[in-house]
Amino acid sequence: MSIWEYANPKKFMATTAPAVPWLFALGIGAIVVALVWGFFFTPADYRQGATVKIIYLHVPSAMLAINAWLMMLVASLIWLVRRHHVSALAAKAAAPVGITMTLIALMTGAIWGQPMWGTWWVWDPRLTSFLILFLFYLGYVALWSAIEDPDTAADLTSILCIVGSVFAVLSRYAVNFWTQGLHQGASLSLDAKENVADVFYQPLLLAIAGFILLFLALVLLRTRTEIRWRRVRALDLRARRD
Amino acid sequence: MIRDLKLAVRAGGGFGLALAFFLIVVVLVPFGVGPEREVLARIAPGILWVAALLAALLSLDRMFALDHEDGSLTLLATGPLPLEAVALGKALVHWATTGLPLVVIAPLLGILLSLPGPAVLPLLVSLAVGTPALSMIGAFGAALTVGLKRGGLLMSLLVLPLYVPTLVFGAEVVRRGGEGLGVAVPLAMLGGITLGAFAVLPFATAAALRVNLR
Repeated sequence: MSIWEYANPKKFMATTAPAVPWLFALGIGAIVVALVWGFFFTPADYRQGATVKIIYLHVPSAMLAINAWLMMLVASLIWLVRRHHVSALAAKAAAPVGITMTLIALMTGAIWGQPMWGTWWVWDPRLTSFLILFLFYLGYVALWSAIEDPDTAADLTSILCIVGSVFAVLSRYAVNFWTQGLHQGASLSLDAKENVADVFYQPLLLAIAGFILLFLALVLLRTRTEIRWRRVRALDLRARRD
Repeated sequence: MIRDLKLAVRAGGGFGLALAFFLIVVVLVPFGVGPEREVLARIAPGILWVAALLAALLSLDRMFALDHEDGSLTLLATGPLPLEAVALGKALVHWATTGLPLVVIAPLLGILLSLPGPAVLPLLVSLAVGTPALSMIGAFGAALTVGLKRGGLLMSLLVLPLYVPTLVFGAEVVRRGGEGLGVAVPLAMLGGITLGAFAVLPFATAAALRVNLR
């Protein structure tokens, strides 16, 4: 039993078919509970007022925006090394979800920034690097859609993803150098004793869990769609040849 | 590589075009923001760097596309020289025909934008150090999109985000130079990016070319 068995499209399809509805139900359920809990049953922050509650959308989406790219990087490496088609398709499937997460993070941040910082946008290192990440996602998706041959597209986008990762990290530290930050430091880390006050922390963790589950469900669903498209294409080619 | 250099010089097109483009962008900026000397002096480092970046971008799609069309890229790929070396050579030629002229002409355009005197030398040095990275990153972008019919726009979308670190440090060198601060740190970072790009990207470029030639 090894993880590589799931690189077989048939095995992958059979395993994920029952998992996807569960992931969707759990993910959406967790997000709904977390949001209701967070919005109606936690007190307003003494300085930020009710605007603090946007944290339940902002933090999970920002986390996933970065982790989706990391997942694409891993999937691209697996494709380049082991040539598993499911891996390349999963990377392709994750990109639009990552774009959406980046957009959610940027927009909720802007909505929060307007009353708190008095501006929708500042050229802060974190904000700027997120915008750059968004551009990287756009380029990646555009390259996928521009190339017709699926294997060529998978190869080229994988190379782009790897090179892009290096430059994304470089940009992250370059913009640090370039401007002073207004964004607060990381509000969550594993080694801190208390990250956020407990009242906010528990629904936030639930929201993060919900977002991760929803992300998994969306990526699996999109990967399954891609695999089906691939099959349709193969059948189509075969039918034309006969 | 020598063949490329000769071709570029004799054909003339891309050679002068990038320079003219650089000039026009720089001349257009005062029309947009007004002729006040203080304003221009403040934004001059950024404008010069952004214009250099766009000028470098302009001539990228010709880098591999012409050779791909007439098949000489296939010849180069099967030749004795490894494709990595071809990619490196292409990037160097691109730099010699667009980057180097930009470096030479940049101080003149700095006068147009009333760039402060002490910033001229940093401008020269930063462009000389940074533009090779632009060519090498551009070569990578050009290799990714070489097989596409209308790859130019897509290539800009792919390449411009990769230019961010170079731009940040390049403009920072000029700005600090203008204000009389030490330029060693951003200059070292800029040089690091250039050297890193030349160490790694020929391999990525060659890999992308091989995929496209398959």
